[in-house]
Formats: sequence, C-alpha cells, structure tokens
Amino acid sequence: MPPLETAWFILIGVLLAGYAILDGFDLGVGMLHLFVAKGDGERRQVINSVGPVWDGNEVWLLTGGGALFAAFPKVYATVFSGLYLVLVLVLAALILRAVCLEFRSKEPGPGWRGAWDTVFGLSSFLPSLLFGVAVGNVMRGLPLDAEQEFAGTFLGLINPFALVVGLLAVAMFLVQGAAWLDLKTEGPVRERARGWAKGAWLALVVLWLVATLYSRVESPHLWRAFARPVAWVVPVVFVVAVAEYRMLLARGRAGMAFAHSSVAIAALLGLVGLGLYPDLVPALGGGPSLNVTNASSSPLTLKVMLVVAIVGMPLVVGYTIFIYSRFRGRVKLDEHSY
Amino acid sequence: MDVVWLARLQFSLTVMFHFLFPPITIGLAFLVFLLETARWRSGKDVYRRASDFWLKLFAVTFVVGVATGIVMEFEFGTNWAAFSRFVGDIFGAPLAAEGVFAFFLESGFLGLLILGRKRISSFVRWLSALMVALGTTLSAFWILVANSWMQTPAGFRLAGGRAELTDFWAAVFNPSTLPRFAHTIAAAWTTGAFLMAGIAAWYFLKGRDSDVARVSLRLGTVMAVVACVLNFATGDRHAKQVARTQEAKFAAMEGLYTTGQGAPLILFSLPPTQSGRRPGPELMITNLTSFLAFGDFQAAVKGLDEFPRGDRPPVAITFLSFHNMVILGNLMLLLALAGLVLLWRGRLEASRGWQHLMVWAVPLPTIAIQLGWMAAEVGRQPWIVYGLMRTRDAVSKVVGAPQILFSIVLFGAIYVVLGLLWLHLLRKEILHGPEVGGSHVGEVPVATA
Repeated sequence: MPPLETAWFILIGVLLAGYAILDGFDLGVGMLHLFVAKGDGERRQVINSVGPVWDGNEVWLLTGGGALFAAFPKVYATVFSGLYLVLVLVLAALILRAVCLEFRSKEPGPGWRGAWDTVFGLSSFLPSLLFGVAVGNVMRGLPLDAEQEFAGTFLGLINPFALVVGLLAVAMFLVQGAAWLDLKTEGPVRERARGWAKGAWLALVVLWLVATLYSRVESPHLWRAFARPVAWVVPVVFVVAVAEYRMLLARGRAGMAFAHSSVAIAALLGLVGLGLYPDLVPALGGGPSLNVTNASSSPLTLKVMLVVAIVGMPLVVGYTIFIYSRFRGRVKLDEHSY
Repeated sequence: MDVVWLARLQFSLTVMFHFLFPPITIGLAFLVFLLETARWRSGKDVYRRASDFWLKLFAVTFVVGVATGIVMEFEFGTNWAAFSRFVGDIFGAPLAAEGVFAFFLESGFLGLLILGRKRISSFVRWLSALMVALGTTLSAFWILVANSWMQTPAGFRLAGGRAELTDFWAAVFNPSTLPRFAHTIAAAWTTGAFLMAGIAAWYFLKGRDSDVARVSLRLGTVMAVVACVLNFATGDRHAKQVARTQEAKFAAMEGLYTTGQGAPLILFSLPPTQSGRRPGPELMITNLTSFLAFGDFQAAVKGLDEFPRGDRPPVAITFLSFHNMVILGNLMLLLALAGLVLLWRGRLEASRGWQHLMVWAVPLPTIAIQLGWMAAEVGRQPWIVYGLMRTRDAVSKVVGAPQILFSIVLFGAIYVVLGLLWLHLLRKEILHGPEVGGSHVGEVPVATA
C-alpha cells in the first residue's frame, strides 16, 4: 500500500464527499425548487436558502477536479476525454446554473423569473444524474486500451447499472436538499419539502438496494474489500444514518436529519472508494486498470500537494463555517436578497 | 474537419469569452476594496452607496466569469488529454491551489458581501471586500503560474514520457510568472478603472451627477493613471523577459526576420507575411528594439530566420495583436493623463469632451487584453509547452471531430445568450444608477452584528 498515493486517493474522496455533501444540498434544493415553492415569495425563500453559499459549495468540485489532475493526471485525462459528451452536458448545465440565481433577481417579470426557475431546476437535475452516471461507469469499469485510453463508445456509457447509480445520486441529493429546506424555510414550503423528503428517502433506500444487489452480479470486483470484516463498518454507517434520518425527519429535527444525510453521503462515497481501491478506474474486460501507482504523479508533486491541502483546507473550513454561521436560522428576506 | 484545428478553435473561443470577465472583476474588486476602506475609516455614507453600486455590477459580471471558468477547469482533460498526461505532474498543482487558496475565498466572502450585508459588522464588511479582492487576485496568480509554465517551463525533468516536477518553487516562479502576473493585474486594474470612470462620466453627461458619480469619477481617473503607468512598467519588463526566453515569439511580435545588431522598432507597417515584411509604408525607429529588449542600442536580436519554418509562430497575428495592444495602451495612457490634468485644474466634472471620450474608452482595456493574450498564445505556437510539446500532439486521441463540433455549437449558443443577457443586465443596473443620498431615511447603513 503506497502511502502517499493512498493518501491522495483518500483526499480526492474527501474533496468529492465535501462536494457531494455541500453542493448536494443546493443541487437537491434546485431540483425541488419547482415543486415545493409556488409564487415568487416562496420561490425566493427557496433560492435565498442557498443563494449565499452555492458558489462556495461548487468550488469543492473545481478543487476536486484540480486535485485529480494534480495527483492522478492519467485518470483526469482518460475519464474526462472518454466521458466527453457526458462532461460537456454537465458543463453546459453548470454554466447556466451559475448565472441563474443572480440573473433571475434582476428583473421582476413573471416570465423572466419563471424561465430562470425552470433553468435552475433542470440545471440542478442534469448534473446530479450525470455525476451519478459517471461514477457508476467508473465503478463498473471503463473499456481501456493498452495505453489506458478510453476504448468504449458513448452508448456503452448508457448502461443500466450506471443509470441506477445516476438515479441514486438524484435521490440522495433530493434527500439532502429536502432536509436543508426543512431546516431553512417555513410555512407551506417547509411542509412540501418534508413531504418530498419522505418520498425521496424511500427512493433512496430502494435504489441503494438495487444498486448494491446489481453490483454483486455486474461488478464483483467492487466486493473484494468486503472480504475483510472491518470494511463493513462503512455500509453499516450508511444504513444507520439513512434509517435515523427518517426518524429524525418524522420528529421534526431537521438539523440532525441534515447531519445524518451528510454522513450518509460520505459513507456512500466511502463505499465507492472501498470498492475501487487500489484502482481508480478498473479496466473493463482485462487490460491494465488505472490504479494508485500507475496513474499517479511523482512523489514530489504528491508531497507538495499534501502541504497545500494541509495548509489550505483548515483555513477554508474555518472561514466557511464562519460564513455559514452568519446565515444561520431560517431564511429572512431583506433588500439585498435574491 | 481537423480535430486539432477544432480543439484549438474551441479552446480559443471559450478562453477568450471567459477572459472578458475576470479583468473586470479583478479590477472592480480592488476598487470596491478601496471604497470600502474609505467607508470603514470615514464612516461617510457616500462610500457605502458607491460600494453598493459597484458591487452590483461586480456580482453580475462575477457569475458569468464563474460560469465560463468552470469549463476551463475541465477542458484540459476533455480536449487535451495528451497534454494533460504530459504535464499533469506540474500543471495540475496550480489549478488545485487556485481552488484551495482563491476560489473558496472569493466565492465565500462574496456571498457574505452581497447577500449578507445586513448580518455583518462594518469591519467584517470591509474584511469581506478585502478577501474578495485577494481571492480574485490570487486566482489570477495561480492560473498564470500554470500558463507561464507552458510558456517558459522550469523546475522539471523529462522522464517516462512526461514532465516530472523536480523543484516546485522553480516551476511556480518560472521566468515568465511574475512579469506576466504583474502585467495582467495592471491590465485588470486598467479595465476596472476605465469602467468606473467611463460610467461615472456618462452620469455627468446625462445630467445625473451625484456624490457617488463624483467619487467614482475621481477614483476611476486616479486609478486609470496609476494602472496605465503600471501597464508600461510591467509590459516593458514582460517584453524583456520574452526577448530572453521566447526568442521566436519576440521576433514575431516585433516583425524581425533577420538576425542582427541594432534591431529597429517597427511602429507601423502593413501586416507582415510568414516569410517577410510586406513592402509599403513603414514607420520605424532604428536600434530601438535592441535597446528596449537588452538595454543596448547595438545588442543582437534574433530574427525569425534563426528558426526552422516549422518552429515559427503565425507572424501576422502575433505582430498585429501585439502592436495594436501597444497602440491602445498609449491611447489609454493619454486619456488617463488628460484626466489627471483636468483633476489637477479642478475641471474633471466640467470637461464634457473628455467625459465623452471616457465613455467611448470603456471597452478599450478589454480589447487590449484580448490582443495581448493573442500575442502571448499565438506567439507560443507551434508549441503548447514551449520547446517541449507541439500543440498538434496535445489533443485527446479518443475525441472525434463531431463531438468537438457539438460542444462548440452548444457552448457557443449558450455564450451568445449569456453575453447578451450580461450586457442587458449591466445596462439596466447602470440606467438604474446608484442609490441617491438621503432617500433611505432612517436606514442604518450597516447593521452592527
């Protein structure tokens, strides 16, 4: 077990988990937006629950992408060029999503605002689904040639397992987003969000079971790690967190429910990591997989990047907590709100 | 269609469109920080209203910069996989560092500054403005580290078919990093300053002058003078560095075809061809390029004849974009200096002629920046990493022309819409104008949390 490379495997996982937990709730809020809020007042309540923080949340993705490039450049090159159309669609959605809240607030017309509301919903749904599809494909393994370049087709990426994982991601983010709305909004919006939380929770449970059983048949390599009993801690954490989420939701303890779905997301990414390690991209149908040793950067680069992470990330976490604390409590609209 | 050509087209379109916005936000962030400092120290309401107004324009521009920047972060992997494999050991680190040290900072504190104004103290508001300015500037630093390494690679060795890091600080502070960073920041300040002064001038011309317009006109003008002088100081240093480290690019920028001592500075000529200057009217100063580049009127400067044809950049684009950038730089300096004289004489607010010129000058820094980057990037050709990897060898092998074409059309359509909406919203905010003093009676300027 090469320590530096493994540390970076874990760190990339932490960055992606940070992304899925934080952007996860605002992607979920975006998907719920069209359904839980009626009229401009309610919609503004929803939008302003994520308005000040969504951009910072998305930075976890950019940093994760940069870190993947720095630590495992071959994975960055193979996956991003191999999943070209998927990535292009994700980027197109993220471009529109990045402007929609600011642009929406600049004109009062219902047509204008309604259009941006739809954009916000769709541009939250599409990346959630496609991130899941991408992760599902990577878990399943990609067809790689002798140079570890992608050797498959676009249609090959649209396989049932990847689609199940895509839907699982959507359900997970809905669960996360609904808990956030339960915490941040009030009145009818909160009530509807709580209803959606229950439905999404059920979908999450079903889809997780399907994905888990399916992976047993489709991708047995994902189960290697679970020969060691200690690995079972992670799925147990996931199951407990998901079960408790539902109970906490019923008791109206939104903050704790949100904390539990956050833990569930981290555990879900932990499961992915456990299943994959030491590979980052298993080669489908033989061939050399991209793993922590053959796809990584030089030890010096990994060390330098570790220093960057150790110096930088505590600072980031520190001021992010400060910023969130300024916006604590339920949404209160003022003249500076979106 | 040729994959390399399409990939280059896509990169140039997405990066040129993206870079319309960061210079505005880097420049405005610094100006807002100055306004915030004045507000925090003096407590005068006019600075609060000025800061509020410019923050609105900043926010609309910032989101477009963010939106178009996301694409750039992933485009190296999607379209330039061979490049990514070759340079990943070095190139990925500054991109990750940009996220850790810059993006979190600017996005987090901007949320607080724009939407949380009622929830923070006067000091935290000032601090947030400082962090946003710092974040945007650090972002420029790290991405320019990555670009500069492609221009003047350092701190590496070639091993196992890739460039491997041997000295992190040598790679970060490679020969072109600091000159490029200084010149880019000066240009961004110029952009912010001309935007601020131009819009303030427009309010005066329309008879909508207010205390905010007055403060903005003065600040914009003073900043324009400072930034335009810095453009020349930093540009001079940057060009001297190019002359030493990228000789073929320098020869193309200056239109020099033959090596010799006492190289002239061509001020004006017809567009040159790949093999030589076009006969026609010319204006040149003998020996000046030698002096500007090496401090010696007789210094030898390499011409394009020193380089095999296959290693020469496209001369006409490099030459024309560089020269037109310099012409615009001079024009902006003259405008700024005229403003300084008017300010000195106390006639800044009365001089309608100069105000008209300043309104028209708002896009000049942006045009100059685009031209400057064309000179920098086209002048680097045929290399993607200077002297190490050719652009044609850098593209993704598994991505075909139809896929790239699809993404160009998709991004192109979105960018056209985005650009038009941005202009529309900017215009709307400008027409709406800053909050007028005393209209919000009883409002507490900044909540003390």
